[in-house]
Amino acid sequence: MLRVRVIPCLDVANGRVVKGTRFVDLTDEGDPPELAERYAAEGADEIVFLDIDAAPDGRGTLLEIVERTARRAFVPLTVGGGVRSVTEMRDVLRAGADKVSFNTAAVRDPGLVRRCARRFGSQAVVVAIDARRRAGPDDPGGGWEVVVKGGREATGIDALAWAERAVAAGAGELLVTSIDRDGTGAGYDTPLLRAIIDRVRVPVIASGGASGPADFVAAVRDGGASAVLAASIFHRRRHSIADVKAVMAAAGIPVRVAIGALA
Amino acid sequence: MTRIAVVDYGAGNLVSIEQALSAAGADVVLARRADSFADADALVVPGVGAAGPAMARLRRRGLEVPIRAWIAAGRPFLGICLGLQLLFEGSDEDGAVTLGVLPGRTVRLPDAPRLPHIGWNQVERRHAHPLFAGIEEKADFYFVHSYAAIPASSANGLILAETTHGGRFVSAIARGSLTGVQFHPERSGRDGLRLLANFVEIARGAGAAARGRPAAARAR
Repeated sequence: MLRVRVIPCLDVANGRVVKGTRFVDLTDEGDPPELAERYAAEGADEIVFLDIDAAPDGRGTLLEIVERTARRAFVPLTVGGGVRSVTEMRDVLRAGADKVSFNTAAVRDPGLVRRCARRFGSQAVVVAIDARRRAGPDDPGGGWEVVVKGGREATGIDALAWAERAVAAGAGELLVTSIDRDGTGAGYDTPLLRAIIDRVRVPVIASGGASGPADFVAAVRDGGASAVLAASIFHRRRHSIADVKAVMAAAGIPVRVAIGALA
Repeated sequence: MTRIAVVDYGAGNLVSIEQALSAAGADVVLARRADSFADADALVVPGVGAAGPAMARLRRRGLEVPIRAWIAAGRPFLGICLGLQLLFEGSDEDGAVTLGVLPGRTVRLPDAPRLPHIGWNQVERRHAHPLFAGIEEKADFYFVHSYAAIPASSANGLILAETTHGGRFVSAIARGSLTGVQFHPERSGRDGLRLLANFVEIARGAGAAARGRPAAARAR
C-alpha cells in the first residue's frame, strides 16, 4: 500500500538553511545537505528545498547544495524557487534533484509547465499553489485566490481553476499552501485541500499551518492529502518526524516506519 | 575492482545512482557511448520520463544495439524505472517501440486511485533472488511513475516482485543476472543502498567467473 509521505521543507538563502516568518527575521540554521541528511535519517520520505533567495547570481550555490545533498541523503529531493526555464530545470535535475517545483513562474507562463513536463516527464514537475481565502481567513464560502511572490501579490485567479489547469498542462503533483494558515499553527486548510483533491487525479501535498501531529492526521483524513509538508515544527524540534508518523500510524494512516538513513 | 557502467543518455539524475554504487565499492563510469562500457562488469540503465524520447536518445547515441548485445550475452544488467520498461517490446505511453529483449509491454497502471504513483510502497517478492539479499520481505521502496511493464504470460517466470497501487503491478524482474526494478533504489534509503550493493556483488561474481574462463571465451 502506498504510504502517506511526511516531508520537511528547508528554506535556503545564500547557501544556508534559514528560518523566519514569511521571509522576515531570518536566522541561520545550518548547512542544507547536513540538515537534509539528518531528516532522512529521522525518516523523512522526501526533502524539499525552497530557494527563497532565488536571485539569478545565486544559482551556482544552489546547484552545488543540491549535488552535495544528493551524495549524502538517499531520499527524493524536490527543489523550488526561481526555476524559470527548461534549461534551468535541466541543470537542477542534473545536479541531483528528482523534481522541480514551480510557483510564480508557472502562473505567469503555464506553457513552462507544459514544456518541462514534455521534456522531463510529469513526474518531475510539481506546481506549488499558494492560496488565500477570498472571504477572509475563516470563511471558505468565497473560495480561494492564487497569490504569488511568497504571498505578497494577489492574482485574482481562482485557486481551484488554476489547480485543474496546472494538471492539464502537465503537473504531476500539486503542493498546496494555505497562505491564511502558513506560520499560524492553526492547522492545514482542509476544505481547500479537499476542494482541490476532488478536482484533480494527481497527488496533492498539504502545506501551511501545522503545529502538531494531529494536524497531519487531519490533512490526510479530512483533506485527503497524499503527502504532508511542514517546516518550522521540525526545525524547532517541537516534534520529530518519527513522533508525527507514530501518531499518523495510530490513526490508521499508512506511513513508512523504516528509517531512510545511510547504510 | 568491479566496474559498473551507468548509461548516461540525458535521462535525469545520475548523481545519486553513481554515489550509491561507489559507496557499495564499485568503480563507476558514466557511459555516453558504447565503447565506454565494453569492458565493464555490469551495465545500469536508469531513466525517468517517457519511453519514446528515451529510445530516440539511445538510438541517436548508438547505444540501442550495444545494449541489446550486452543482454543477449547474458552479462549483468540492472534497469531502473524507465530502464526496466525499455527492456520490453513497446510502451502504451506514446506507442514507442522499445528494446524488445523481453516479451511483454508497458501499460498505464490499472485501477490506480491517483497517478503518477509517487511515494514509498511495499515490494512483495514472489521468490528469492540475490538482488534482495538481506532486505526484509515487503520492504518499502520509492516509486515515481505512471506506467509499468507487463511480461507476456509465457514469461511469467521473470516476475520477481509485485506492488499494489489500486491494482497490482510488476515492481521487479529477474532472469539470471538480468534484473530490473520499477522503483528507485538510489532514492530508497538504506534498503535501496543494500539492493545496489547486492547488484555490485552479482556483477563481481559474474566478473570473477568470466575471468576464470579462457580469453577466447571472454572475447565472444
